Amino acid sequence: MNKKQRRFGWIVSILGASIFVLFLFSLNMGVVNIAPMEVIRTLLGSGSSTEEMVLFNIRLPRMVLALLIGAGLGVSGAILQGVSRNDLADPGILGINTGAGFAIIVYIFFFQGSMSKLSGLGIYAMPLFALAGAFLAAFLIYLLAWKKGINPVRLILVGIGVNSGFSAALIIFQVKMNPQDFTQAMVWLAGDIWGGNWDFVAALAPWIILLTVYAMYKASVLNILNLGDQISTGLGAAVERERRVLLALAVALAGLCVAAGGGIAFLGLVAPHLARRLMGPKHETLIPVTALIGALILLAADTVGKNLIAPAEIPVGIVVTIVSTPYFIYLLMKTH
Amino acid sequence: MSEEVERNKNNKKDIEGLTSKFFQAGLVFSLAIAGLFLALGLSVSLGVTDIQLKTVWDSIFAFDSGVTNHQVIRELRLPRAFGAALVGSFLAVSGAVMQGLTRNPLASPSIMGVTHGAAFALIIGLVFFPSMTNLGMTISAFIGAGLAVLIVFGVGSFSKGGLTPVKLALAGVAVGGMLSSLSSAISLHFQVAKQMSFWYAGGLTATDWLSVKILLVVGLAGLTLALFLSRAVTILSLGEDVSKGLGQNTFVVKSLGIVVVFLLTGAAVSVAGTVGFVGLVIPHMTRALVGTDYRLIIPVSAVLGGLLLVLSDIGARLVNAPFETPVGAITACIGVPFFLYLARGEGRGME
Repeated sequence: MNKKQRRFGWIVSILGASIFVLFLFSLNMGVVNIAPMEVIRTLLGSGSSTEEMVLFNIRLPRMVLALLIGAGLGVSGAILQGVSRNDLADPGILGINTGAGFAIIVYIFFFQGSMSKLSGLGIYAMPLFALAGAFLAAFLIYLLAWKKGINPVRLILVGIGVNSGFSAALIIFQVKMNPQDFTQAMVWLAGDIWGGNWDFVAALAPWIILLTVYAMYKASVLNILNLGDQISTGLGAAVERERRVLLALAVALAGLCVAAGGGIAFLGLVAPHLARRLMGPKHETLIPVTALIGALILLAADTVGKNLIAPAEIPVGIVVTIVSTPYFIYLLMKTH
Repeated sequence: MSEEVERNKNNKKDIEGLTSKFFQAGLVFSLAIAGLFLALGLSVSLGVTDIQLKTVWDSIFAFDSGVTNHQVIRELRLPRAFGAALVGSFLAVSGAVMQGLTRNPLASPSIMGVTHGAAFALIIGLVFFPSMTNLGMTISAFIGAGLAVLIVFGVGSFSKGGLTPVKLALAGVAVGGMLSSLSSAISLHFQVAKQMSFWYAGGLTATDWLSVKILLVVGLAGLTLALFLSRAVTILSLGEDVSKGLGQNTFVVKSLGIVVVFLLTGAAVSVAGTVGFVGLVIPHMTRALVGTDYRLIIPVSAVLGGLLLVLSDIGARLVNAPFETPVGAITACIGVPFFLYLARGEGRGME
């Protein structure tokens, strides 16, 4: 085992341990406080029925979702940054989140009538709409940024433009909703883990895990693409085709995460950066570490949002944005 | 001898070029003014109930308080039309000054988080001082707009490699995202989200004479300062080095320019909410029409900006009558494709 691998092992175990501790911590916090020992007892199967209900049906699924969404958004951001060779790329900034959000709002507006009536089959159709919206946005961005090739700067600027276009379209639908739906839509667009039940976990978990593993499998391609188009062509990579596959992968991950967690911005930007600080630019180690960091951040943000002004909740996306924009601005000032 | 003749000829050509440019600008300016008046007339006469232009005329010059339509025109439609014209022109001039100062084609109030800043301050005002007057709202919008301008410009200027278009746009997105997150958190907590939504969407529904007065007082100060600065902005738009070489104090010019942006955007946003893209599109159109001299760009932008927003406001009322469509959505329909067009040009020569 060389030094790099040992370091990787250490970092993964430390992150894993932090997630575990935070997980236990988060489990006993909430509107109903359950002491840590009680939590462990309940998990082992000998708690009271209220405690079981709160833990197994309310808190656990939501926390598992937070972990999945965090990991998915982190990996999506890592791929986007690798593909665009721009450290400031993020599914939120590029407008992929807004595209998915737009599709969801349209779906609720036309097919569900109301946000609160959402149930049954509707839950399973929603991720599909989110995916469609995310792909529509990504397709538009790719098409409009295409000019005998893709240039990173153009990609980001076009993304910002597409983002504001979707935002404007969103507001048209939003102002037509009744006040209650409006508030719910706003919470959702800000980023909120709203579907905290096991059905949702079952619908999303396989996909997010599968896509993350596939991203790790593609790590070496990302490494090559990162060297620039000329070198990677020279090394024998089918640059444009690989880029499209990877973009589709990033967009699919982002779309799924938006379906479950709303428009959480900046997480896909910050997680890969922190991971790169810890692990360096090799995607084989970068992607798993990014997934862990993303999961850790989102779980922490959700715990804070749930408890800071309890019993009211701050949408998790707002917590993430408030914490990570200063870091983003710092990065912006540092890079050329 | 022949050299001198040549030089004279060149001078003459320059002067002719200049006068023809001023002539062209004058023509554009007068056409735009005529268009603006026509649009104002239409704006007053079109709506849920259409009022004939003659009634509009009478209500102004032969006012009869017994006629309902006259009342409607005086109390609702006129302030709204004037408000739209003023807001549009302020946003356009503010965008023109920003683009001139930063030499950045994508600079504009809405991209740069300014409107989110104003929204943030307004929401704090609404929540913590619910009895706030219109004047108080204007003042808080000012403070918020100013805050955002300072942060975005600061981030751009203090970063390595200076204020590139991408950086400015990203800094605007980041600061805007941060401020709008804070606003949503506050508005959700205090349950004023829906109230704020109309404001975010941008609209001139609530414009009354008081808001027009506020716009006039604050905005005219800003416009005057902008015209006064226009020569210096023209020089600065040639580049920082040129400007310094010609003995200009760039720091003073930039600071005054920020004051202009601050006054005009603050006034516009406090009355009409978030109306995007007017400040981006109009200065570009104006440059295409009258050239690169800001002494011409600023007044022509002002008139064209007013014209665009008055027309957009008519559109907002008619597209889905009798419901109002957010005017910000109408301007986005024009602005987004234009922004994309500019963004596509931006990657040029970078790889």
